[in-house]
Amino acid sequence: MMKKEMIAMLLAGGQGSRLGVLTANMAKPAVAFGGKYRIIDFPLSNCINSGIDTVGVLTQYQPLKLNSHIGIGIPWDLDRNVGGVSVLPPYEKNGNSEWYTGTANAIYQNINYIETFNPDYVLILSGDHIYKMDYEIMLDYHKENSAGITIAAMPVPMSEASRFGIVVADETGKITEFEEKPANPKSNLASMGIYIFDWKILRESLLALKDVEECDFGKHIIPYCFEKNIRIFAYEFNGYWKDVGTLSSYWDANMELIDLVPEFNLYEEFWKIYTNNNNVIQPQYIGQEAKIERSIIGDGSNIYGSVINCVIGSGVTVKAGSIVRDSILMSNTVIGENSRIEKAIIADDTKIGNDVIVGFGDEKANKLNDKIYNCGLVTIAEKTVIPNGVKIGKNTAISGVTQPEDYPAGILDSGEVIIKEVK
Amino acid sequence: MNAIGLILAGGNSFAMRELTDKRATAAMPVAGGYRSIDFVLSNMTNSGVKTVAVLTQYNARSLNEHLSSSKWWNFGRKQGGLFVFNPTITKENTMWYRGTADCMYQNLDFLLRRHEPYVIVANGNCLYKMDYGKVIDYHISKGADITVVCKELPGNTDFSRFGVIKTNETKRIIEFEEKPMMAHSRTVSIGVYVIRRRLLIELLQRSIVEGRYDFVNDIIIRYKNLKKIYAYEMEGYWSNISTVEAYYQANMDFLKEDVRSYFFNESPYIFSKSDDMPPAKYNPGAVVRNSLVASGCIINGTVENSVLFKKVFVGTNCVIKNSIVLNDVYLGDNSHFENCIVESRGTMIENAYHIGSDEIKVVIEKNDRYIL
Repeated sequence: MMKKEMIAMLLAGGQGSRLGVLTANMAKPAVAFGGKYRIIDFPLSNCINSGIDTVGVLTQYQPLKLNSHIGIGIPWDLDRNVGGVSVLPPYEKNGNSEWYTGTANAIYQNINYIETFNPDYVLILSGDHIYKMDYEIMLDYHKENSAGITIAAMPVPMSEASRFGIVVADETGKITEFEEKPANPKSNLASMGIYIFDWKILRESLLALKDVEECDFGKHIIPYCFEKNIRIFAYEFNGYWKDVGTLSSYWDANMELIDLVPEFNLYEEFWKIYTNNNNVIQPQYIGQEAKIERSIIGDGSNIYGSVINCVIGSGVTVKAGSIVRDSILMSNTVIGENSRIEKAIIADDTKIGNDVIVGFGDEKANKLNDKIYNCGLVTIAEKTVIPNGVKIGKNTAISGVTQPEDYPAGILDSGEVIIKEVK
Repeated sequence: MNAIGLILAGGNSFAMRELTDKRATAAMPVAGGYRSIDFVLSNMTNSGVKTVAVLTQYNARSLNEHLSSSKWWNFGRKQGGLFVFNPTITKENTMWYRGTADCMYQNLDFLLRRHEPYVIVANGNCLYKMDYGKVIDYHISKGADITVVCKELPGNTDFSRFGVIKTNETKRIIEFEEKPMMAHSRTVSIGVYVIRRRLLIELLQRSIVEGRYDFVNDIIIRYKNLKKIYAYEMEGYWSNISTVEAYYQANMDFLKEDVRSYFFNESPYIFSKSDDMPPAKYNPGAVVRNSLVASGCIINGTVENSVLFKKVFVGTNCVIKNSIVLNDVYLGDNSHFENCIVESRGTMIENAYHIGSDEIKVVIEKNDRYIL
């Protein structure tokens, strides 16, 4: 019988709606990050670097980009004879078909996949976070404690603890209490949504709770196991870990990478982050008149203008006379001539014309949803086209092929939104 | 595809000076992100050739390392694959490869066991794009025994580096001079040949018996009146890495827009092994003009008209002009390089000062590297 000590189940089906138009056509784990990567590259690379060669990726929301990115797992060395990466979408069943209704429900629907590998332990991950972690060390900790469940948790400032799911542990690390977004937290250890389960325990819990609606790890499985007195331990993690759930936190986390000595080090030799770069391996070209300050730039980009404080992906073109400042340009975007881009997040394959100004005028609250579009950021979805000569204000969002008529008097005022169907 | 590929990558070139002290010319890093053999391998795979053998001998370690997995070029299939043949001692033979014909002869079993009717013989140190299918079509339409791919070079070329060809009006080769002091023509062989597999086996067997080991001198030139040897003229960019100057120039060619977009942006693409380096990083103080920068570089100084390969660290106040810096080099603060090729994995101390005046200077320095 096939046997793997531990396999990973990576939850990658969420939309990440707080990323606005960035996730209109792709799941959050497929969103680009840090120049050449996508968010899912971090947990996938952590898996292979930790020696986990069997990963089930659970997809649901807009999976096309994820599917083509993962392929058969070659960039992560996850193309294996036995195991490797498997993309697991919801599927039709005899009599009872449903979407993945919750994190634990998604795992429940794939019990057969897990059983194929006959694992002792199952690692539950989410595809939403930027971090490097050796899951093998976490597994050692799990075994040392003879734990049934180990939850990775990291210390957060006490003042912010009320925003998180908090675990309270005794001096041995054994969890004595859970608090979900407590008003008066008893501890500052926040759960990171990373769990190691003894497969027997997880399997039993999934089956016991199979009829619970929207069955969720944090809300149902963990409390159920806790009540049954299963040994649950907190594994304290003290490295870099970022949730890039909102546009401003996404923008901040990218911008941290251009610090002189960034807190999150991508240049480490022995914990590489792998990605599928669509075979873009050529070097970048920096033109005679180009000016580059405090930026990172991906392979195959051509820079003829000025780039200041930016995170630039692969295959990007910035034409002569343009100035891009404090912005994130994802792969294959083209910025025309003499344009000025400030504080923008511009997703893949976008084309911006000549003489365009992005990030213009004063800030105004976004009319569609000021909880998503704020901090003065301009957010432009993938495959958007912006015509020559228009001016775009702050706290705006644009998606689709826009025409000059979409910009009254050539201006998109701060706080406005243009969303066109992508054909 | 009705042909297999044979890539001759075993040679050494004294004109490469120190650069081939640690690698074969076919393994020379090129254009920031490639090695020279990537071009012929990509041409093979893009032409639909499924089975390719690389024959190595001289300093093959880094070449073998580069070829350790064949999947980057889309080989690694059940049908066909990429084979690397180093010289081995056998019951019949204890010699190294004594020449280009001998290296093919020593791997005769490989040729005998295939079923494809044609063989494409190519070398591993030229930068070009070519659909070998078109050469085979030409070969068949001409009824040729051997087709030699050739190219017309500008008049100011040093022809003593090349095999110079003269053809008649039907493109049949009537003169072929290897590395002539005085060239009668500007058309040179680029070292790519198409030949029927059976004929190649026969010619190899006959030559070895006669103690002749060189494919060009002992087969092409010797048989040129007996066999129908035709020239196929190629178009487009071609350069040959055989001297330090040619290597330097080939890299500098990629700073030209047309060359860059021909190789980087136009299909079919050139493939290589991915190194998964992070994006290049430009810190305060970086000034970069007209240069190629590969991934993994960290730049704190000035870089002009230069090619930086992967993972080059440029210290504060450094000046790099008209230079090529190979993979994984650390350039200490205030160092200065002009008209240089900096050998890979070197560590340059602070205030190092190197200028190539009459010729390109090859800088090799192995100092202790202090990593923060």
